[in-house]
Amino acid sequence: MADTITLEVTRYHPGRDKEPGLQTYGVPLRKEWVMLDALNYVKDRLDGSLTFRWSCRMGVCGSCGMMVNGEPKLTCATFLSDYAPGPVRVEPMNNLPNLRGLVVAPSDFLVKLTKSKPWLIRKEERPLAEGEYLQTPEQLDTYKQFSMCINCMLCYAACPVYGLDPLFSGPAAIALAQRYNMDSRDQGADERMDILSQHDGIWGCTFVGDCTEVCPKNVDPAGAIQQYKLTATREWVKSFLMPWQGK
Amino acid sequence: MPGSAQVLPKMYRTRMSTYWWLGRWPYLKFILRELSSVFVAWFVIMTLLQIDALRRGPADYMEFQEWLRNPVVIALNIISFFFVIFHAVTWFNLAPKAMAIRAGGKRVPAVLIAGPNYIAWVAISAAVAWLLLRG
Repeated sequence: MADTITLEVTRYHPGRDKEPGLQTYGVPLRKEWVMLDALNYVKDRLDGSLTFRWSCRMGVCGSCGMMVNGEPKLTCATFLSDYAPGPVRVEPMNNLPNLRGLVVAPSDFLVKLTKSKPWLIRKEERPLAEGEYLQTPEQLDTYKQFSMCINCMLCYAACPVYGLDPLFSGPAAIALAQRYNMDSRDQGADERMDILSQHDGIWGCTFVGDCTEVCPKNVDPAGAIQQYKLTATREWVKSFLMPWQGK
Repeated sequence: MPGSAQVLPKMYRTRMSTYWWLGRWPYLKFILRELSSVFVAWFVIMTLLQIDALRRGPADYMEFQEWLRNPVVIALNIISFFFVIFHAVTWFNLAPKAMAIRAGGKRVPAVLIAGPNYIAWVAISAAVAWLLLRG
């Protein structure tokens, strides 16, 4: 194995640069290093102005998502040696506006996430004296997969529908809505359905399925959206056949 | 209090290329899957034309068969055949994603949802082949 590997990294300074460009750096190729280690090496030893976001180094915080050779990846879980002999290209996540260097703006995702109401909604809160809302392991198991989302936005970087139509709610926001819909303690499915059964919600999805492929936590947002579509269709048929039932 | 647009620095937005679907295999696979519906429609139209020729009598049916022997039609039908197979296989493989069926407290494995689809496909195809080829 060669001693070094070349990184081609996106640089962009708003106000100074008209558009992003690539800069190359040679970094040691170590077997135990992930891409994030290599970026930190550049920042510490070669170029302190390199800009990227990271925090936990262990696939939990969801901060260090980037495009590695054109694929959305958590750089803390992407081994450098898999890209030997290089060069390997590191770019900011696709489909999201670039703030600076490798950093993208999460604001649009956060607005969409809030719209899908990813929290427990109760029509009427039970008095505290009655104790907590209990749940069986089977009830937990129905939504647990969707609850593993770490908001890393790799699914947004992978979704061409979101890239072409930024109004689309996107994979993670819908998967998290479904996570709460399937929670036995929640009663907010109707409220979420009103928002997510719009064209920009579930029906915007054309089932490319790449969101599920790139998800580092195996959340399967594509599955969540298709399941949501089935529920929405069932509800529509029900309201068509039995209009007197109402909400 | 300024709005967020006023305090955020200028952001750079990249427009997606018209040829975005050539960039990654999952995207190309998706486009091919969407395109396959055109060939499915072609098979449906051809079957309807065949039934119509049959209804019009033996002479018309012979003429239709002659048209089917045209190399261009044969080539188109071979391409369509592979697209229809691709359409069916990808559809059956996607079915378990949309159907989260639970039994005995656990989610039914994908193979038990896709499997019956494949079995029904083979069984129905075999039945049709038997009807047509029994002599």
